[in-house]
Amino acid sequence: MSILPDGRYVDDAPYDAAEDLSAIERADLDAPSWLLMWRQFRRHRLGLISGAFLLFCYLMLPFAGFIAPYGANERNALHLYAPPQAVRLWHEGEFVGPFVYPITAERDLVRFQWTYEADRSTPRPLEWFCDGAEYRLFGLIPTDTHLFCAPEGATVFLWGADRLGRDVFSRILYGAQLSLTVGLIGITVSFLLGITLGAIAGYFGGVLDWLIQRTIEILRSLPELPLWLALSAAVPSNWGPVAVFFIISIILGLLDWPGLARAVRSKFLALREEEYVRAAEMMGAKPGRVIRRHLLPNFMSHLIASATLSIPAMILGETALSFLGLGLRAPAVSWGVMLNDAQNLASIEIYPWTAIPMLPIIVVVLAFNFLGDGLRDSLDPYKS
Amino acid sequence: MSPLLSVHNLRIGFGKAPDVVQDVSFSVQRGETLALVGESGSGKTITCRSVLRILPRAAQIRGGQILFGPEQTDLLTLPERQMRDVRGNQVSMIFQEPMRSLSPLHRIGNQVGEVLKLHENVSADEACKRVLAAFEQVGFADPERAFRAYPFEMSGGMRQRAMIAMAMVARPQLLIADEPTTALDVTTQAQVLGLIKDLQRETGMGLILVTHDLGVVANMAESVVVMRKGRVMEAGPAGPILTDPAHGYTRKLLAAAPTIPKDIEPAPPLPQEDLILEMKDVSKTFTMKSRGWQAPQLVKACQQVNLKLPRGKTVAIVGESGSGKTTAARIAMAAETADAGAEIWFRPQKGAAPVAVHDMNSAQRVAFQRQVQMVFQDPYSSLSPRMRIRQALTEPLEIHGIGTWAERRDKAEEMLRLVGLNPGMLNRYPHAFSGGQRQRLSIARALTLDPVLLVCDEPTSALDVSVQEQVLELLEEIRDEAGLSYLFISHDLAVVARLADEVAVMRQGYIVEQAPPATLFNNPRHPYTRALIAAQPKPDIRRPIDLLEVSRGAGAPRDWPEPFGFDGDDPPALREIEPGHKVRHHA
Repeated sequence: MSILPDGRYVDDAPYDAAEDLSAIERADLDAPSWLLMWRQFRRHRLGLISGAFLLFCYLMLPFAGFIAPYGANERNALHLYAPPQAVRLWHEGEFVGPFVYPITAERDLVRFQWTYEADRSTPRPLEWFCDGAEYRLFGLIPTDTHLFCAPEGATVFLWGADRLGRDVFSRILYGAQLSLTVGLIGITVSFLLGITLGAIAGYFGGVLDWLIQRTIEILRSLPELPLWLALSAAVPSNWGPVAVFFIISIILGLLDWPGLARAVRSKFLALREEEYVRAAEMMGAKPGRVIRRHLLPNFMSHLIASATLSIPAMILGETALSFLGLGLRAPAVSWGVMLNDAQNLASIEIYPWTAIPMLPIIVVVLAFNFLGDGLRDSLDPYKS
Repeated sequence: MSPLLSVHNLRIGFGKAPDVVQDVSFSVQRGETLALVGESGSGKTITCRSVLRILPRAAQIRGGQILFGPEQTDLLTLPERQMRDVRGNQVSMIFQEPMRSLSPLHRIGNQVGEVLKLHENVSADEACKRVLAAFEQVGFADPERAFRAYPFEMSGGMRQRAMIAMAMVARPQLLIADEPTTALDVTTQAQVLGLIKDLQRETGMGLILVTHDLGVVANMAESVVVMRKGRVMEAGPAGPILTDPAHGYTRKLLAAAPTIPKDIEPAPPLPQEDLILEMKDVSKTFTMKSRGWQAPQLVKACQQVNLKLPRGKTVAIVGESGSGKTTAARIAMAAETADAGAEIWFRPQKGAAPVAVHDMNSAQRVAFQRQVQMVFQDPYSSLSPRMRIRQALTEPLEIHGIGTWAERRDKAEEMLRLVGLNPGMLNRYPHAFSGGQRQRLSIARALTLDPVLLVCDEPTSALDVSVQEQVLELLEEIRDEAGLSYLFISHDLAVVARLADEVAVMRQGYIVEQAPPATLFNNPRHPYTRALIAAQPKPDIRRPIDLLEVSRGAGAPRDWPEPFGFDGDDPPALREIEPGHKVRHHA
């Protein structure tokens, strides 16, 4: 630094008048956008954990039958309402490996309920890679090998058994197959409708916009639950569980699209004013191209986040319908169907484990919400 | 005597990154104006915001002192409660965006009066009186009406006046103005600057003016701090710095400052044969949606515009926001349809049959869209953030189905070289580039289809001055090399001066004066043109803005002196007063 005679301060540091024009200014932003998004998302710890958890859940679905010790509808008439059993490692100070104590049912005729007595003298080690009820791996390959099953003369009800003596833990795993995918199918339907109609409304405007907007308003003004009830009551009762499952998820999707269409429309209206969109239009790009190449990529990430946030609504919707007995029906297994058994307050009080299917619902819905939050925060990696 | 405010070795940084403001020191005396000058990213805004401690949350003040007032209190260590008393009361601030810095839900008068209620505990009556007085001071014709108005009822200039009134009403000792006029039109800028200067003279407050425009500095400041990348390059009294800059960066800024050149070679009027674009009687009326029972409102965006653009030349349309210049350009590009009766003729080659742009079939439209391209104003929004440069540059070719993948890629590389960028950048994303580089990319994209006519919509107004210069040079080079013709839209006469062969000045939808630049700048006839020229701030302290000239022409058409004034929709004709020089006036 130097001071000139007239009192001026002048910086002495070397100064490069002709800086390299082609030098990249923000090299850190010079990565594909998914990488930038991932960097941002990594910082959202709750979202990251939730994402990993959900990934684990979905990867587990094809193997549900393998992990479950029992079949989905395998009854154990001698163990109705059996309480959760603990898997232990030590028997009388001695390491045995994972084992259970066999339990026997007794009728309590005074209080009119089942009580169970564990036989603490004979530890029964669990069997590994054993044969059990038949199921289909990946839904295709018939097999009967399970990761672990109950030893001879004992049961392994990790989370108890229900009214018919079915294992709650196994049923939750089988139920996950339907309950978790219903959201995906529903969201696909809702996405197709929402994006198409929202894009048409937002891009073309005018009469089409007016029509779509009014349709959305009418759909939104209908009370949701009675509408679900009416639609699912219309499903013929002789249809198989799979058909009912698809119909239910499509119904959920059909009722979910208006919210998405509105979001898409407003986003389109905003993005249309961006100069790169106007530039593409002036270059002669057709609307389809403008929508596909310019508009959608710029808010796809936004859509993914909003989808993540609406899957839980679908899961809850399925649960609610099944709980009311109008969604999936036995012998299909879903969390809602399982909760249907827990409708009776008295049985929840006496056998609280029948309400355990609520836990996975709560955990999964929360996980989706956290994941959605995390995604939303990392959506726009260019916002500094 | 101690200075009103002195900043010592201020250092600010974000997160773990190195300091964005490094060892900045300056001081402001009472009644003095200090200008903080620098380009975007120089740290000038962060510096002045740190005085009021209104920095973004992630910013950390890493060192230094900011001493204020007779007691020399350190504003950086003052408890938050006492700091609130300083804000608005002793030090107040004017922000850059008048559109965004007023609450849309409150009446202007109440917002301005809030400062008084917060700091001085005055009665409602007294506050109202003081606010009205402040409104009168900032030049509202009808203070009572302004008091009751909502922000959306006012134009940008009026809102900025309201902001100034808000900043001034508590009689602060120091006013910080962060680019107070950057969002305003040049004539409004002149008036607002004059107003700030008057108020300062009356109240004797100190003023920190943050700006990138050396012209504004020359008109306002007694001392200057030139900043670049968080460092002070040069600081001292305005006179010597502006007349004899000691630092290379100051010299560069000064050289790049847009000025209206005094001696332009007088050029002969443009040839009238071989016109690439001809606009005849183009008018455009927008219909505002009717509300309830009210009749739909008609807005006349441009009126009776006649322009002739000879091949290989540049015609510029100059005007302030709302003058209809962009509408005219969009009509020329067929992005907007003109009112019935307009004719727009486009001749792609010399001697080719003219295409009627106002009435094209779809085949003609596709051909037209290949030959006419546009360069957009905002380099930050004109490239899709999710597309690599290669995709952006090859897109026009893809749309028109030209060439194979490899040919398109070669073309994109060639275009990058043409605009002075490295072809190795093809796989990068736009966000890695600076504003000037992006504007080059935007130009490259417009050129990939080998157009014959380029419409430039304020291509330099979002750029820093030093970059503006380079982009203009590039445009000039390309025009001469490729024999392009430009229709150039700008609000800035100085930008147009170097590039244009003919300039049309627009005001409220009408062309008011049209001439080659030499004629226009040496012999402006229309009061509005004269106001525009006078309002242009020059980086020369001996040539201050002539506010009288500005106010004569900047008002509504009915306030223009005879024979130029007119009322409503009944303008006089555009008459030729000498060859190639047309002025709208009564005969």
